[in-house]
Amino acid sequence: MRFVFRTRYEQDLRLFKDNGQKFCYGLLVAALLLAPWLFPDYFVSQLVFIWIYSVVGLGLMLLVGYTGQISMGHAAFLAMGAYTEAYLQSKGWPFVLSLASAAVVSGLTGIVVGLPALRVKGMYLAIATLAFGFIVEEAVTRADGVTGGSSGMTLGSLEIFGLPIDSEQRFYYVSLAVLTLCILGVMNLMRSPTGRAFVAIRDSEISAQSMGINLGRYKTIAFALSAALAGVAGALYAHKLRFLSPEQFTFLQSIELLIMIVIGGLGSIHGAIFGAAFWILAQQFIVIAKDWLPAAIGQQTGLQPTVFGIFLVAFVLFEPLGLYGRWLKIRTYFEIFPFYRKGMFKRQKSYMKSERLK
Amino acid sequence: MQFLQLVISGVAQGCIYGLIALGFVLIYKATETVNFAQGDLMMLGGFLGLSFMVVLGMPFWAAFFATLAVMLLFGMLLERALLRPLLGQPAFTVVMLTIGIGYLARGLVTMIPGWGTETHTLPVPYRDEVLRVVIGSGNDPLVLSMEHLAIIVVTAFLIAILFLFFRYTKLGVAMQATSQNQLAAFYMGIPVRRINMLVWGISAAVSACAGLLLAPITFVHANMGYIGLKAFPAAVVGGFGSIPGALVGGLIIGIVESLSGFYLPEGFKDIAAYIVVLAMLVVLPNGLFGDKMKKKV
Repeated sequence: MRFVFRTRYEQDLRLFKDNGQKFCYGLLVAALLLAPWLFPDYFVSQLVFIWIYSVVGLGLMLLVGYTGQISMGHAAFLAMGAYTEAYLQSKGWPFVLSLASAAVVSGLTGIVVGLPALRVKGMYLAIATLAFGFIVEEAVTRADGVTGGSSGMTLGSLEIFGLPIDSEQRFYYVSLAVLTLCILGVMNLMRSPTGRAFVAIRDSEISAQSMGINLGRYKTIAFALSAALAGVAGALYAHKLRFLSPEQFTFLQSIELLIMIVIGGLGSIHGAIFGAAFWILAQQFIVIAKDWLPAAIGQQTGLQPTVFGIFLVAFVLFEPLGLYGRWLKIRTYFEIFPFYRKGMFKRQKSYMKSERLK
Repeated sequence: MQFLQLVISGVAQGCIYGLIALGFVLIYKATETVNFAQGDLMMLGGFLGLSFMVVLGMPFWAAFFATLAVMLLFGMLLERALLRPLLGQPAFTVVMLTIGIGYLARGLVTMIPGWGTETHTLPVPYRDEVLRVVIGSGNDPLVLSMEHLAIIVVTAFLIAILFLFFRYTKLGVAMQATSQNQLAAFYMGIPVRRINMLVWGISAAVSACAGLLLAPITFVHANMGYIGLKAFPAAVVGGFGSIPGALVGGLIIGIVESLSGFYLPEGFKDIAAYIVVLAMLVVLPNGLFGDKMKKKV
């Protein structure tokens, strides 16, 4: 049992609520820093994928989980970041500069895509972003002067301040550092007035507007930041794979990113990371499981979508807060032991809210 | 002549988009959720028809109606089992659920023996037949493939039936009432939940019909549901809540796509629909037939 008794306002604003949290996260950071020395290369490589997906998941979480705007074209922002990075790197730009440019280019695109968000909302916005995703995918395929078209584009080796990033371990630290910066950035953003405005817009546009929040402005900011994070992730992704082709950034990828954060848990930073970890680890488990499943099931190409589909449906129906919700429930159970009640996290039923009346 | 030829094939393709869009619109009007699994329901329809014809050896028309009946039941079951527990939840939750259903359907279909990942041909009786029509003397004849004609004729027929159903039957009127105001309809003694279930059934059946009509042209395969993504633009162009709008939107998208495939550089055909919808959202977000409602305070 543990009580955090708040006596000052600063306690609400702190990044870490108490010393216990500081200790736990300190342990986690130490473990992550040691991981590349303890685990084989293949495992480290999968961890890198988790960090990269966490960054894009954070971006999408900012938009979907915190601001309540749906994007079904996030793979397009990933593509913008990846190709910007690849192009600038081939022109000899240093990594820090090209990474920043990838974020900026992606973010500016986000603003352009966010513009329809000023006029339309809900489903229409989802369809607008979906349309944008398809257009970018096609544009990347056709602009073969810059992107290599459907035959793809390869990247040279990465170098940061003269230090060659030539091993899995070194790239692990680069991506972990980027992820940590992104998480701290998003955490700070969510404590700021801008972040609070996002949440207010998600919960009710009308009441947010009545409190003096400029809807258009904050939605555009959310789109831009979300796209910029996706751009950063795209740049890392480009260096991880060292080969880019348009098939990596399809509509399916956008949908999978959405599924990832929903399984992780909407509306929490933990959710983005849990979702990414789940996504990568589950894929690995499926690959392993294929060997000992009977061939009739194990050798099916549809195994992975089926498993993820079942997980998504089950989470939406039974655990709407996702993996983070499950974690929160277990943690709460122990924290307030023995006072946990069954109905503590019960979903609020509400009357159907109509979006038809604007 | 070339132009007319392109327009006709565009109309045929547009009818398919229109039918799937109709499926969206029916569900959207009744329950205010967008069903992202609509294309996958179409795919299931195609596979069911295939099984009825090839495995059970049914004649085409019998298989056609059997598929519609099974998909009607399947749609109702889907609503009852998965959608109804989420009644009253935010729209995004339901959207994610339908995405999950679609994802699951695509995966499961590849696991069913006999369906799998290969492409199949639906042995329709009118396959590969063409009709030559000569308009005016001395012109080249207009070549109409029977597959396209079948799509246009069946779609027109289906729309007529749906129109009569919504206009003149008690059930149809009850559905309209439900879609306009659920609470008021409920007070009038309309069983809203059962009506919603039926709407899902009808929507699934309409999509299955689109799948059966499309099958002779694109073959039946697990990913044929992706064509449902182009029905979104169709629904938006027509105004998301309008049944005639869905069809008109479908036709517009179909024709634009067909023409841009011929007159514009390569690559534009695939994204024409999305360019049209983005333009439409900027210019006229409510679509051609969409109703504008203002909230009264």
